[in-house]
Amino acid sequence: MSTVTVKVNGMPIECPSDATVLEAAHLAGIRIPTLCYLKDINEIGACRMCLTEVKGQKGLVAACVFPVSEGMEIDTNSKKAYDARKRTLELILSNHRMECLTCVRSQNCELQALAEEYGMEEVRFGTPKEMEPDIEQSTPHLIRDNSKCILCRRCVAVCKEWQHAAVIGPNDRGFATHIGSPFGRGLGEMACINCGQCINVCPTGALTEVDSATSVWEALADPKKHVVVGTAPAVRATLGEEFGDPIGTNAQGKMVAALRRLGFDGVFDVDVSADLTILEEGTEFIQRLQNGGVLPLITSCSPGWIRFCEQYYPEFIPNLSSCKSPQQMFGAMMKSYYAEKMGIKPEDIFVVTVMPCTAKKYEIRREDQSSVNGLWDMDETITTRELAKMIRKAGLDWASLPEEEYDPDFGEFSGAAVIFGASGGVMEAALRTVVEILTEETLPKLDFVDVRGLEGIKEASYDVAGTTVKVAVASGTQNAARLLDKIKAGEADYHFVEIMGCPGGCINGGGQPIQPGSVRNFVDVSALRANALYTADALMKMRKSHEVPLIKKLYDTYLGEPGSHRAHELLHTSYRQTPKYPGLDADKNEN
Amino acid sequence: MNFVRSHVLVCGGTGCTASKSPEIIETFHSELKSHGLDKEVSVVQTGCFGLCALGPIVVVYPEGSYYTQVKVEDVNTIVEEHLLKGRIVDKLLYKETDDKGVERSLNNTEFYLRQHRIALRNCGVINPEMIDEAIAFDAYQALGVCLTEKTPEEVIEIISASGLRGRGGAGFPTGMKWKFAAASPGPVKYVCCNADEGDPGAFMDRSVLEGDPHAVLEAMAIAGYCIGANQGYIYIRAEYPLAVRRLRIAIEQAKEYGLLGKNIMGSGFDFDLEIRLGAGAFVCGEETALLTSLEGHRGEPRPRPPFPAVKGLFGKPTVLNNVETFANIPWIINHGADAFSCMGTEKSKGTKVFALGGKIKNTGLVEIPMGTTLREVVEEIGGGCPNGKKFKAAQTGGPSGGCIPASLIDTPLDYESMAAIGSIVGSGGLIIMDEDNCIVDIAKFFLEFTMDESCGKCSPCRIGTKRMYEILEKITQGRATLEDLDTLEELGNHIKENSLCALGQTAPNPVLSTLRYFRDEYEAHVVDKKCPAGVCKDLVEYKIITDKCTGCTACARICPVDAISGKVREPHVIDPSVCIKCGSCLAACKFGAIIVE
Repeated sequence: MSTVTVKVNGMPIECPSDATVLEAAHLAGIRIPTLCYLKDINEIGACRMCLTEVKGQKGLVAACVFPVSEGMEIDTNSKKAYDARKRTLELILSNHRMECLTCVRSQNCELQALAEEYGMEEVRFGTPKEMEPDIEQSTPHLIRDNSKCILCRRCVAVCKEWQHAAVIGPNDRGFATHIGSPFGRGLGEMACINCGQCINVCPTGALTEVDSATSVWEALADPKKHVVVGTAPAVRATLGEEFGDPIGTNAQGKMVAALRRLGFDGVFDVDVSADLTILEEGTEFIQRLQNGGVLPLITSCSPGWIRFCEQYYPEFIPNLSSCKSPQQMFGAMMKSYYAEKMGIKPEDIFVVTVMPCTAKKYEIRREDQSSVNGLWDMDETITTRELAKMIRKAGLDWASLPEEEYDPDFGEFSGAAVIFGASGGVMEAALRTVVEILTEETLPKLDFVDVRGLEGIKEASYDVAGTTVKVAVASGTQNAARLLDKIKAGEADYHFVEIMGCPGGCINGGGQPIQPGSVRNFVDVSALRANALYTADALMKMRKSHEVPLIKKLYDTYLGEPGSHRAHELLHTSYRQTPKYPGLDADKNEN
Repeated sequence: MNFVRSHVLVCGGTGCTASKSPEIIETFHSELKSHGLDKEVSVVQTGCFGLCALGPIVVVYPEGSYYTQVKVEDVNTIVEEHLLKGRIVDKLLYKETDDKGVERSLNNTEFYLRQHRIALRNCGVINPEMIDEAIAFDAYQALGVCLTEKTPEEVIEIISASGLRGRGGAGFPTGMKWKFAAASPGPVKYVCCNADEGDPGAFMDRSVLEGDPHAVLEAMAIAGYCIGANQGYIYIRAEYPLAVRRLRIAIEQAKEYGLLGKNIMGSGFDFDLEIRLGAGAFVCGEETALLTSLEGHRGEPRPRPPFPAVKGLFGKPTVLNNVETFANIPWIINHGADAFSCMGTEKSKGTKVFALGGKIKNTGLVEIPMGTTLREVVEEIGGGCPNGKKFKAAQTGGPSGGCIPASLIDTPLDYESMAAIGSIVGSGGLIIMDEDNCIVDIAKFFLEFTMDESCGKCSPCRIGTKRMYEILEKITQGRATLEDLDTLEELGNHIKENSLCALGQTAPNPVLSTLRYFRDEYEAHVVDKKCPAGVCKDLVEYKIITDKCTGCTACARICPVDAISGKVREPHVIDPSVCIKCGSCLAACKFGAIIVE
């Protein structure tokens, strides 16, 4: 790559010739403030916080989008730039409902951080402390408070560029501009897939998940309830970030200890049902492959993806695996197997999961997610962020928490299950099992590296017992759309496809700890988090789902064999086409 | 071709159309027929003549009789007197006399004398819906010359040498713009025409499109030839239905004649044109916002670089020019660069069309050489303020421009001189204000416009204009302090320097320029809590001068809120706590007994 040399505050810096002023400053160890900028997807130069002085330019330039050139002289902290930023910040703050002390994003707010950095002691305009909340809440997972929105459009960009949904955008114009859905409709009337990616990129408290922790606290306080919790694979890779651990720290042991101290009666791992998923889905795949069933088989672990498929690509519903997601399998097993084993009435068991995901809040109340006595399989699900808040609220000192093990009743799992949390992980886990079943031989090497990594679409083919099995992995529904279009156009003939709703998979789920733009733009957060999972897998003794003693026991003593009638009752579900614009379609019918 | 002895030209511009010129044309046809003159006299619907204040306008040739404010009922008189008997209808003639009381001929009137019509050359001359008439007036001749005799580089050189600069507002040299786009590599490029004319009061682009659409089509094809584009788009606001209709007709006729489409004039050059309707957002006049809107997105500007000449419509190299800019191109090719550059000032060449409006007698369109002074435009072409009122200020460049005070009335209207005094030529809106206008109120009016029209994308413009407006409200309501004036200025400069696009960068201009030239009037609002012009309702009071009041009760009867009391033939009084300051009493009083303080 060709490079140019620029001067940043007098320091010569060599940077790629296609770099921006912002990137050149970063190379010089200087952070120019940004609010709207998200690399590759929201390069709109709109917030004007990054205005920087470049010698020879008429005015200040937007560092986030202004390209460098040979010999350019950049002054990141000139008085002119500083004053301009501070005044812009004052204007932004003048229209931002200031309730920092009580805000969900307090101390993790990019606007608050800038206000502190720029010494904003006074806001001369507007009445930011007297503003009223401006709430939109029409989905099970999301609350939008436009009184805190600074119109950076990062949410709009991820929704469109990453997720192919584009269900939000700027409405009205001028000072009345606000983020909303077309025709001023509620988000719940749109084809929102509940992925929560918008929350992850919001720099302020304008977007938050719907609170589920309150009902968990209530259940924990209820002596009649037997409250169990299961943690998703990806949560262990991120929870530490909430407590200052470096990105990519595996926090499994401390997390288990924390959950126990919060008072859960059973601390389990959803990884166990991830292993069950491999057995069920693997069996389903082998059956479809051998009996001429609908192919490619597409995974069904990600409720964001499922919702996307039902709304945007319903023609692929027959391709979806009928397996419930691991979370729903977990709930079903708790209220059946576990209840029977423990001699507790299913009605008295309150099942909670900790998920990297906001779509799970929608999934737990989907149709056909109730296996025992008409009870919902799942009672409540909280995000990684909500768990962190619970830990803080309980006063648990993260640093001094010991590392503990899951309760054994539902706490033994494989490395294959652990990597579910990263894009390609389900595929790799499935291959480890499917290939061994089909070849009736032990795999010499368990790492299927072709399906690892953070590319949006990954393809590979394997020779399995004389048959070439073509697989593909996509994450982020924009990539899913690209992949499905390719399949529709007849340009690809895969046998097995893994799709995750969020880019990079669950490690980058909508319920994960929020990293500010200044980190996201320069650090590959997803790669670091994925690394934590792959490292854990590599260190595990059991790395194949079908070899886990607990899984074998579950089938031998309770479920029968994979794909059995009992397994179907508990572990499988169904899908149906959903209108893209339910509200608007209803209007049409009325008319 | 039929030869006729007389031509009746009737203005078919939007203004005259609104004043029933289509009915006038219809009536001419029927009257001529009933008098057996329909074979001898031809009725032509033309584009705008410019003197919109006196529309509908009818001109009869060969005499060149200039009839103004013609009504449907007058048609019979014109036919019977003028066309049948050869007697000019004096009472309908546009009347302007010189110092000696002698009536001037049309082209010697103050309104036309100083004009030099290039962009508007065919407006009011040809029937814009007949390509043959346009061709008779040299349309597509320049395109033919370019395609057959000149290389693209040579054509660009002529445009550069002419000194033509963008007439949409920014004044960027057109030749340079074309050169950049021509130099950008790639097989697909576009030529776009900005017909989103959004400045309130400006309508020169509309008039060109309504009066001479082929000039624009021809110029776009020339631009396409120069930069290597085979497709053009005209982005025009949907509120211009007549212009859209005439453009459609013109494009269709040009395609029929082989002047657009494949292999134009057998040269091997292809150029096609499509019309795209805009929803009338002011910001879509900004080039990147226009292109974004053309692409089918919400019309919002995007950061530059990359500039459209490198990465424009659909990411391809694009030339985007304004209607008036394009309208000059064929004339320049036909007459040579020198013929154009000999007009104007050192850096501002050629002519510029201004839309005269506000407190001026001759409202309408005037095309004058760059560098003509504001005084010439206001006092001579425009005929001064009506009712003998005193000229106070002129707002140039619409809401993006600045306010020129009477003390600077000798400023030449060109890019450099305007910029030097904190205003802009802009698209050519020229709004005249007299002593009855409150300058703070005017600044507030313009700012309200840009505040509402801000796209909402960048923070300084979206929030800053709102905050400026709030301060202006405080001032006009008498709640402001002197510190607010400083804050207003500080905010204005901040928005001007730091907004994403030209809308925000110019939005504070009306406020900043009035603060500069009329600070005393602002201070009167702030310190004395008075509006000197008597406009700001919160700062004025209606009073009855007891000595002058005859007790006629006219005021009390017309007052909509019963704020005026008094016995018949005794002085009345206004209750200020009830008065809504509507001004009805002031208008009703025949004795000058009511004053506004």
